[in-house]
Amino acid sequence: MIHSLFLINSSGDIFLEKHWKSVVSRSVCDYFFEAQERATEAENVPPVIPTPHHYLLSVYRHKIFFVAVIQTEVPPLFVIEFLHRVVDTFQDYFGVCSEPVIKDNVVVVYEVLEEMLDNGFPLATESNILKELIKPPTILRTVVNTITGSTNVGDQLPTGQLSVVPWRRTGVKYTNNEAYFDVIEEIDAIIDKSGSTITAEIQGVIDACVKLTGMPDLTLSFMNPRLLDDVSFHPCVRFKRWESERILSFIPPDGNFRLLSYHVSAQNLVAIPVYVKHSISFRDSSALGRFEITVGPKQTMGKTIEGVLVSSQMPKGVLNMSLTPSQGTHTFDPVTKMLSWDVGKINPQKLPSLKGTMSLQAGAPKPDENPTVNLQFKIQQLAISGLKVNRLDMYGEKYKPFKGIKYMTKAGKFQVRT
Amino acid sequence: MTDSKYFTTTKKGEIFELKAELNSDKKEKKKEAVKKVIASMTVGKDVSALFPDVVNCMQTDNLELKKLVYLYLMNYAKSQPDMAIMAVNTFVKDCEDPNPLIRALAVRTMGCIRVDKITEYLCEPLRKCLKDEDPYVRKTAAVCVAKLHDINAQLVEDQGFLDTLKDLISDSNPMVVANAVAALSEIAESHPSSDLLDLNPQSINKLLTALNECTEWGQIFILDCLANYTPKDDREAQSICERVTPRLSHANSAVVLSAVKVLMKFMEMLSKDLDYYGTLLKKLAPPLVTLLSAEPELQYVALRNINLIVQKRPEILKHEMKVFFVKYNDPIYVKLEKLDIMIRLASQANIAQVLAELKEYATEVDVDFVRKAVRAIGRCAIKVEQSAERCVSTLLDLIQTKVNYVVQEAIVVIKDIFRKYPNKYESVIATLCENLDSLDEPEARAAMIWIVGEYAERIDNADELLESFLEGFHDESTQVQLQLLTAIVKLFLKKPTETQELVQQVLSLATQDSDNPDLRDRGYIYWRLLSTDPVAAKEVVLAEKPLISEETDLIEPTLLDELICYIGTLASVYHKPPSAFVEGGRGVVHKSLPPRTASSESTESPETAPAGAPPGEQPDVIPTQGDLLGDLLNLDLGPPVSGPPLATSSVQMGAVDLLGGGLDSLMGDEPEGIGGTNFAAPPTAAAPASLGAPIGSGLSDLFDLTSGVGSLSGSYVAPKAVWLPAMKAKGLEISGTFTRQVGAISMDLQLTNKALQVMTDFAIQFNRNSFGLAPAAPLQVHAPLSPNQTVEISLPLNTVGSVMKMEPLNNLQAVSSRLQSSNVFTIAKRNVEAQDMLYQSLRLTNGIWVLAELRIQPGNPNLTDLELSLKCRAPEVSQHVYQAYETILKN
Repeated sequence: MIHSLFLINSSGDIFLEKHWKSVVSRSVCDYFFEAQERATEAENVPPVIPTPHHYLLSVYRHKIFFVAVIQTEVPPLFVIEFLHRVVDTFQDYFGVCSEPVIKDNVVVVYEVLEEMLDNGFPLATESNILKELIKPPTILRTVVNTITGSTNVGDQLPTGQLSVVPWRRTGVKYTNNEAYFDVIEEIDAIIDKSGSTITAEIQGVIDACVKLTGMPDLTLSFMNPRLLDDVSFHPCVRFKRWESERILSFIPPDGNFRLLSYHVSAQNLVAIPVYVKHSISFRDSSALGRFEITVGPKQTMGKTIEGVLVSSQMPKGVLNMSLTPSQGTHTFDPVTKMLSWDVGKINPQKLPSLKGTMSLQAGAPKPDENPTVNLQFKIQQLAISGLKVNRLDMYGEKYKPFKGIKYMTKAGKFQVRT
Repeated sequence: MTDSKYFTTTKKGEIFELKAELNSDKKEKKKEAVKKVIASMTVGKDVSALFPDVVNCMQTDNLELKKLVYLYLMNYAKSQPDMAIMAVNTFVKDCEDPNPLIRALAVRTMGCIRVDKITEYLCEPLRKCLKDEDPYVRKTAAVCVAKLHDINAQLVEDQGFLDTLKDLISDSNPMVVANAVAALSEIAESHPSSDLLDLNPQSINKLLTALNECTEWGQIFILDCLANYTPKDDREAQSICERVTPRLSHANSAVVLSAVKVLMKFMEMLSKDLDYYGTLLKKLAPPLVTLLSAEPELQYVALRNINLIVQKRPEILKHEMKVFFVKYNDPIYVKLEKLDIMIRLASQANIAQVLAELKEYATEVDVDFVRKAVRAIGRCAIKVEQSAERCVSTLLDLIQTKVNYVVQEAIVVIKDIFRKYPNKYESVIATLCENLDSLDEPEARAAMIWIVGEYAERIDNADELLESFLEGFHDESTQVQLQLLTAIVKLFLKKPTETQELVQQVLSLATQDSDNPDLRDRGYIYWRLLSTDPVAAKEVVLAEKPLISEETDLIEPTLLDELICYIGTLASVYHKPPSAFVEGGRGVVHKSLPPRTASSESTESPETAPAGAPPGEQPDVIPTQGDLLGDLLNLDLGPPVSGPPLATSSVQMGAVDLLGGGLDSLMGDEPEGIGGTNFAAPPTAAAPASLGAPIGSGLSDLFDLTSGVGSLSGSYVAPKAVWLPAMKAKGLEISGTFTRQVGAISMDLQLTNKALQVMTDFAIQFNRNSFGLAPAAPLQVHAPLSPNQTVEISLPLNTVGSVMKMEPLNNLQAVSSRLQSSNVFTIAKRNVEAQDMLYQSLRLTNGIWVLAELRIQPGNPNLTDLELSLKCRAPEVSQHVYQAYETILKN
């Protein structure tokens, strides 16, 4: 099971270590540093590194490496999932997960880590339960604690810990009972030079914020549940009911949680809401290249595309770019060769474009590779897969809650090759 | 106010300051002080000096303070064992606390204090906690047993905790069940032999019930445990699969992958005709695809596993090619894995798309990735014949880019394409030759040289090209040198008139100026071949080469089956069985896929037929590890010539007619020559039969002969066995046996010349063997052996030769060496499903290779009940091979 955890910042300092079994010397991280040095970028550090006596499994989040040390054959996904859970928990507790914040809250971090694993076995990883065991620090609580001398460690066994619904505590009370669901879809796509779709798929999630008194039992049904053939549920969802009736029936956890994530595969036709017209040319003879890019809407079901951000990693040979956008702002970093153009909203009447020239290294041959354009955008009030919630009902409690469903489509890894 | 204040130091010295604060009367101050201590501890500072002061703070009703002190104790108790005893009383008291949280905390912490003296006191409270009324305490106690076992295994067994733990599997609370399973699994790992998790249908049922209700982590433990179970029939397998399938929709990817493991394993037992089988296959694809949208680290592990799954059951993901397309900002480790799977999934249906993608990747920035993409294009060409032409033209386009490493990779793969489709794409050679100068990597140079040599007759200036390489011969790597040697010999055989000088030059470079034995040997062989019989040389060197197979880099089927049982573990990431990398000391249980049960037809299980059945056709596997080239180049010349440089005197005998079968037969078929590195082995196997050497192992089948031989009398002499049939040795038949008379051992040989020529110059070499047998006198065959003549020789032996360290002889080894004595060579040996498997190869004189798999029930002394499967390009020989095996083994 998980032996130890080291937190390492990007400059290679170990700033926190936690051991759940015997102490493992931090020199074991030398193997990690070696791998880190070999990888050109932090993202490229391999997630599994063998050392003579241990295995190092790492994830890289928020510019911090979370390195777990294991000694025996443990499912690596188990460890990596756990590490992600640690990151999420830190974020949940402190708002952000960064080196200074972790250092500022080192004792809470230590207490939380101790609570999450026992001898390397996961103990309490649900944030609801953790928060009952160890209260997250707030300014108010810190002040109160200092004055009254009370503690931020709960001395009661968390109620959810052993019940049939471990994700929900009992005795929840709200004056305003509300349940909001966000259907968020991300399009991952690769578009080729000519504008045709090579692959496109949709990663969707339904995130919920449920603040309901008591033990409500919710059901959520869809207009077109057939779309959901590849789904992962929160443990609260009754799987049998879904199998037989295609209805989501569940007792929700308290607060924010991810009810469901789904995947609409490349085999279904995925609508692509934007197109990119581009003409990027390097010429052998001159030291100048032409650059022009236009973004326009396509299959948006009448909704506006906003928050458009175009970015592209230009070839090394490009020294500088002189460009004029028709709207928005753009930057080009001559060191990293990163071009980014913050477009904002797309007005279908007047399509945004970015035009100009690139100055290339004189005398050098023209770059072999063409830059890939990365696109980000958002469309409110639209789930691009066409998924629609039919109704949301509550059983088990008498009051009438506020209900709300929101849809949003975003670009995930949306790439246009040029 | 944040915790960073705990890191500030004062002038007086931190430790001193803290000590004072820890002994303060004020609770608040104490707590702050402990926090400071913990803070120092987290960054690796040594605060062990404060041990007594911190432990003094332990007796408190403040839970936070208590927890902090516990944290400290866990870290430092080991370094201060005597002091740690001070804490025991508090622990014991806390284990009786009315608050279950405190009881659990106490038992949990006690287990983490790795001090022997403390563990003794831990037993009683632990026993109580294992039966606690509160499930939270029970589940904590279950893990504590595992901790304790790690510290003192004997104690845990003596105290009977293991039985209590087993009882907890039937607990009413699913979380307790999950933790008990986890603890037992961990303990079982260090006790591979013990039968801790003996699973039966009842306990399986309990686990499956708990599976639905416990936490995600518990589900992983239970699924991993289920995967070790072997259902008794396909019905049970199906019902387990049905209950595990819902786990595929879990949000935790580790749960999903563990469920995939269980399903992949149990699927093996289901009949393919079953409707359910098809349903299951369909259900497996979506969750695997979903794993690919997770974080890159998860993707990586998932991809390594998918790589195994597509090899085992390609049908699952055959329609999902697109999800493996590479995004330019994927981390490099994900890109490379995706590429691998793309090639595995490539088929005629999707090859156009795949090629377009690969071409795109070949223009990316990352060098490693580009190289692999170019190589992938070549693999596609070899795999999907219809696409070969497009692949070649794509590769030519890439060569036109003149990007150095792209060109080199392209040439390497084009060489493979030439091997696969000879005489089809040679029109591109001109283009390749243009790039000769830019090649600076050995692999590319070797490939180019191979192409020039192979197609020398079509390249006008082949001699000039090769000559240009020859200038820097000694600076080249071995690979290039060997290739250059072969290429020039090929050139000479094709255009003998113009290139005589060149070939002499290379032969002298290889044989006289080189220190590399491989190169020297190869040079000598060519030299002799060319000087004795150029016609034979032509037949050997320019012989038609076997085609290379379609699939490359496949994992060997038995290993693959084992790895499928380890889906989701480190073994699956490394594609190695755990025995290959798990720390020594921890035994490893070999896992294997369950066999298909009798009720279903065995449609897919590996072709094993009882002796006498026709050989099964299986896809050819070139088991290279990413180095296709090395393999191809070697095939070119027959097996690499290994072994120490040999004296050449005995080679004279019949060298001419021995050459027919290729170069290795030159080495191997020399019956009594020193050259026969393998051949001289027969004595080892047969020796114990009549020697009655005191080896008390499983050679019983041989020893039953020896029962009366222990004495001096030598009354029994095993009948002569044919060690070398004439058919395999170019006409020399050798049969022999060992005798012991009055303590003197000798080997009686009968040599028969069944060939048409006279044989002379016999010599013998004994390989190092476990008895230390060596000839006491030189082999004396006085007269030349004329055709059809038989001569009896008795060769005195002694046992002073160097003793080969061997594992104790056992049945398996006896069999393998017995077979080896008949020129059947053992390649590998493994244990599958508790049966010993021998993988062997033999080669007939006309160049037919036969690969054999021999399955032996262990503990079966009579060598009956063997199963033999053969693989051979020429099925007609199989009948004879079966007979040969039978005679060899039953003899």
